[in-house]
This record gives sequence, structure tokens and C-alpha cells, in this order.
Amino acid sequence: MDEESSVAVEGLSQAAWAAGDKPSLHRRLPGLASRLPIRWILAIALPLAAGIVWEVAVRSGWVQGRLVPPPSRIAQTLWSLARSGELWLHVSATLTRVAVGFGLGVLVGTLAGACCGASETLRRVLDPSIQALRAIPSLAWVPLFILWLGIFETSKIALIAVGVFFPVYLGVLGAIASVDRKLVEVGRVFRLSRLAMIRRVLLPAVLPEWIVSLRSGLGLGFMFVVAAEIMGASEGLGYLLVDGQQLGKPDQIFAVIIAFAAIGKSCDGLLVLASRPLLAWQDRVRTRL
Amino acid sequence: MLRLDTLSKIYADGTHALARVSVNVAAGEIACLIGGSGCGKTTLLRLVAGLDLASGGSIEVDGEVIREPHPAIGIVFQEPRLFPWLSVADNVGFGLAEIGARERRLRVDEALEHVGLARFGSRWPRELSGGQQQRVAIARAFVARPKVLLLDEPFSALDAFTRASLNAHLLALWAESRPTILMVTHDVDEAALLGDRVIVMQPQPGRIFDDIKLTLARPRDRLDEGFDTARRQILSALDRSLAPAARQA
Repeated sequence: MDEESSVAVEGLSQAAWAAGDKPSLHRRLPGLASRLPIRWILAIALPLAAGIVWEVAVRSGWVQGRLVPPPSRIAQTLWSLARSGELWLHVSATLTRVAVGFGLGVLVGTLAGACCGASETLRRVLDPSIQALRAIPSLAWVPLFILWLGIFETSKIALIAVGVFFPVYLGVLGAIASVDRKLVEVGRVFRLSRLAMIRRVLLPAVLPEWIVSLRSGLGLGFMFVVAAEIMGASEGLGYLLVDGQQLGKPDQIFAVIIAFAAIGKSCDGLLVLASRPLLAWQDRVRTRL
Repeated sequence: MLRLDTLSKIYADGTHALARVSVNVAAGEIACLIGGSGCGKTTLLRLVAGLDLASGGSIEVDGEVIREPHPAIGIVFQEPRLFPWLSVADNVGFGLAEIGARERRLRVDEALEHVGLARFGSRWPRELSGGQQQRVAIARAFVARPKVLLLDEPFSALDAFTRASLNAHLLALWAESRPTILMVTHDVDEAALLGDRVIVMQPQPGRIFDDIKLTLARPRDRLDEGFDTARRQILSALDRSLAPAARQA
């Protein structure tokens, strides 16, 4: 229903634009303002209700809440972890690994995707092997990476980079394959050089799909950082998880899970925010789908 | 000015799209290409634009042989083909990358004004209607000041009212700089309204069937008797061009 109404709003404003008067910001805002809070309330209602019920249940002694601590205790744990500075230590360790691994994966994935997209021959040589490697569950690499790269940072970063590489590679390759030949032809009519064709036509055309692939790559990056840290680390949010399990501190596990959710969502949000000016030309309806 | 000499095009799959087509179009002339589907009109235009290579024969513009896109030749496609990530103004100025920003702006503004979109420069293409987008495409072709302008059924996707107004925009722009125009159309009225010449083509293989000179004075009036005569002339040539094919089948 929400999607439909926004399509209708889009159609209306387009009609207004076609008529030649640009809709002022505050003319579009009231609709937005009245819709937003309700959406937020609806979105948060279920977890909020569940949390309240659980909190009441534990406090009134109906349930014990030892294995599933109430929200207040999780918040307390999170707060004390944050106050002691411990949380930041682990968060920064995890974030550093994700950042380096993600950067590496994006770089190699983008380059490989661009090369295979640009050259038919290269694609025929490389793509089958890459697809075969993709079929291997990434965690299967862990023992090899540890043998090759040691048990410290390098093997963890390699694992994350591998996880990020595939979605980015596939995204770039697919994006290049689906560039509108008709727009390329317009570039040819204006006699763009090879470099100008890449810069002025191909890059902007693949940008939206590239950013989508970065987002799924980032998600996988977080998945693999947890895997890497659970398998052996002395710091990082994954280590805190294992620590919570071994010492029987479910509140700490929950606190870390919440931290992960917050960090993952913020990183994705930052990515979207950073890419927004580049994608302003896109249909808003389409970007929301 | 524009000279096609025994131009042939055979595609890789063996389709004989054009067979020894020879045409001369004088400077500033508007030549309309009309004919049934598959008679090589679009192929012809793509060859002149330098987007495809001819299998035989040659194309010259002012004595210069055309084998690849040439700065003196502009084209408007059947679809607007605007870059969705560029504003309307940047789309119009797309081919003017080499000239200074200031002059580019002036020329873009002027071109947009000519097609009646002066206030639309900062919009995204998706915010415009189909007819407006095609006007932007026309402005983009004109702003490069081509000596030869190719139009490939540019208005075929639009309704009759929009088409009439775009025809008027096109004529106004043409009157200003008088480029040589080669326009593919399948609309007899459009050909009679715009063309100094109407070249009727015939399919399988694509070749010229008839070359009709229209001497009607401009501006032309659809309600005029002379206009009606021209229309009938084109229609009858079209009918005759399709007749042998019908007999063969």
C-alpha cells in the first residue's frame, strides 16, 4: 500500500513538473511527515512490545530470565562495557578488520568485474574459474588461510575479502553486461574516446548496480568477520560472543548482537548516504524497491 | 552535399538490407525516406551516421568520405536516448565537452529555448514527458551545429498533437541554421509537411523506388489543396512500391 501511494505521489509531482512549476519542498513534505511517524511506530511496535512483556515477566518473577535476560539487564551490560572502554576496543578491532577486508574485496572484485566485463576473452578465461571458486562455501577456506597466513589478522582479513569479492565481482560484471547499448551508441555519435566513453557513459551507467553490490558485500563482510573472530581472536565483537558463551553470560551475547545490528545498519546507512548524491538522478520509487 | 554512391549493406546473417543505393541531397535540403518495413531506411541512416560500415559503395559529406561518426553529422534516434544521470542541460551539452563552460551554457540555453524547454535545464530526463524528452534529443543534435542531421522516425512513438508541435519545432530549428536533413518516417503526412523530397524505398533488397520532389511553398498547410496533391502523390508511389512484393507473395 505504501509503495502504491508513493507511486501515485511520484506520478502527481511529475505531472506538476511537466506543467512547468517545480514543486516546492514544503509542498511535498506534509505527506512525508504524516506518513513517516506511523511507519516508524509500526516498524518498532513488535520488538518494543516483546521487550516490555519480557521485562515485566522477569521482574514479576513469572520467568527466571537467566538464559534470556530482560532488556534492562542487556542495556546495563552494554552500558558497563561501553563505560569501561572495553566495547570500543572490540568494536574498533572488528571494524578495522571489516574495513580492510571490505576495501580489499571491493578493489579486487571491481577490477576483476570491470576487466571481465570489458574483455570477452578475459571473461571466457577467468569467469568459469571464479564461478567455480564461488561455489565453495567461503568458510571452507579458513583452515587453508590459517596454514598460509597464520592465525592473526591476515587470515581473518583474507576471509572477509573473499566474502566481499564475489558479490562485488558479480555485480560489476552484470552491470557492465546490462549497460544500454543505445546509450553507448550516443557516445559513439559524439566520438568519445575510449577513456571518455568509460568515464562519461559506462561508469555512471554501472554505478547504481555497483553500489547495490557494495551493500551486499558489506553484509557478507560482517558475516565473515564474526566467523573469523569466533574461530580465534583475542579481541573483536566475535571474541566477546565466544567469551559470553564460555563464561555463561547471555546478557553479554545479547549486548554484542545489538552492537552488531547497530554497527551493521549504520555502516549500510553511511554507504547509502554517501552514494545518494551520485544516484540523485534515479527514480526514487525504484531505489526504494 | 550528402552523396551516397551505390551504397550496399549485407548483414552477417545474409540479409540484403541495402542494394546499390545512390542519392544526392543538396545542402539545406530536407529529404524524407519513406517505405514499408524492412526496406533499409534505418540501415541507410546508420551507415550515414557512421555507426555501421557499408558492405559496398561510399558516403561523402562535402567530399569527405564517411566511415565513422563525424562531427558534421548529427542524429536523432527513434527513442530520446538521454543519459538518465545527466540533467536536461547536461544532456544537451553532452557533445560540447571541448568548448568552454560559459559558451557551452549559452549554446545549451539557446538550444533549449528553441525547443520550448528553456526552464527545464535543471530537470532530470525522467521528469519530462516523452515528447519533451524527444525535444531535448533534438536540441542535443542541433546544439553541435551539424551540417547533416539524420532523424530516424523521431516522432513515431508520440501522439498526433505532440508530433505536430515537434514538426513545427524541427522546422523552426531547420530554418535557423539550414542543415541538410535526412529523415526516416512512415507517416505520409509528415513527409508531405517536411520534405523537399520524398524518397520512397522498396524492400528485399532495400532500394530506391521513387524520388518525389515537392515544390510546395513553406510554411505548408495541411488543409491546402497542394498539400493534398503531394500526399496523394506519395501514397500512390508507396502503393506501387509495395505492389510487386504483394504479387510475389
